[in-house]
Amino acid sequence: MIFQKYAAPKYFYPLAGKCLPWFGWLCILTLVAGLYLGLFVAPPDYQQGETVRIMFIHVPSAWMSMFVYAVMAGAAAVGLVWKIKLTDTFIAASAPIGASFTLLALLTGSLWGKPMWGAWWVWDARLTSELILLFLYLGFMSLQSAIDDPRRASRAGAILLLIGVINLPVIHYSVEWWNTLHQPSSVARIDGPRIHSSILTPLLIMAVAFKLFFISVVLIRMRSDILENEAGSRWLQEQGA
Amino acid sequence: MNWESFFNMGGYALYIWGSYLLAFVILGLNVWLPLQKYRKQRQKIRQQYETAP
Repeated sequence: MIFQKYAAPKYFYPLAGKCLPWFGWLCILTLVAGLYLGLFVAPPDYQQGETVRIMFIHVPSAWMSMFVYAVMAGAAAVGLVWKIKLTDTFIAASAPIGASFTLLALLTGSLWGKPMWGAWWVWDARLTSELILLFLYLGFMSLQSAIDDPRRASRAGAILLLIGVINLPVIHYSVEWWNTLHQPSSVARIDGPRIHSSILTPLLIMAVAFKLFFISVVLIRMRSDILENEAGSRWLQEQGA
Repeated sequence: MNWESFFNMGGYALYIWGSYLLAFVILGLNVWLPLQKYRKQRQKIRQQYETAP
C-alpha cells in the first residue's frame, strides 16, 4: 500500500523535501493576500472599530490550536493501533507548533480583551479551557522529554493526548454552555457564517495560510528529526542528506 | 490612503500592532529555529559521509 510505503523514513524524507517548497511558497502567498485584505481592504467593525483586525490573527490561531491538537490525537490513536514510527515523529514535530498557536491565541485575545472588555484576562470558560489546552501541550512535551524509553514515551504521550481530547468540545461549546464575555461563534455555525464577506474572506485566507504554515514547519521538523535518528543508516548515505 | 491614520488604527495601535508583532515573532521563531537545526544536522551528516571511507 502506498501509504505504508511513505510511512518509512527512507521514502518519507525525500517526499517531504519535494513537498516542502510548494507548501512554503503557498503559505507565503496566502499570508500576503490575507494580510493585505485584512489590514488594507477590510473595513473597521461598526462596534469594535479597528480592533476587529486582531481577529485575523486571533481566530485562525485559536482554530489552529484545536486543529493541531486533534490531528496529534488522531495520529496518536493510529500509532497506538498500528505501531507506525512516523506518527511519533509527526506528533513530536507538531506539539511545539500547536503550543505556539495556543499561546498566540491567548496573547492576542488578551490584547483584544483589554480595549473591548476592559480586562487583559478574565477567568471565564472560553479563556480557561484554552489555557488548559496550552497546559496539555506543555504537559505532553515535558512528559516526552522525561521518559527515556521511546516506546514507553510514545504510549504515555498517546494516552495523555487522547484523554485531553475531552477539552476540545469544552473549548468549542464553552461560549454556549456558560455565561461568558467571549463572543459566540460567528463562522462555524449550522446556519452559515454571520460575518460580511469583506471580513470573512481575509479571515478564511489567513486560516488557510496558518494551515499551510503548520504543514511546512511540521515537514521541516520531521526531516530534522529523521536526520537525527537515521544518521547512521544506509539509505541516507546512499541518497545523500 | 493616509499612512498616519493607518498606523494609528483609530487609537488602538498598541493592541493591533502588538498582536501582529507577537504573531510575527512567535511564528518567525517557529520557522527560524527548526530551519537552523535542520541545516546544522544536514551539514554534520554530509561532513560525516565525506570523511567516511
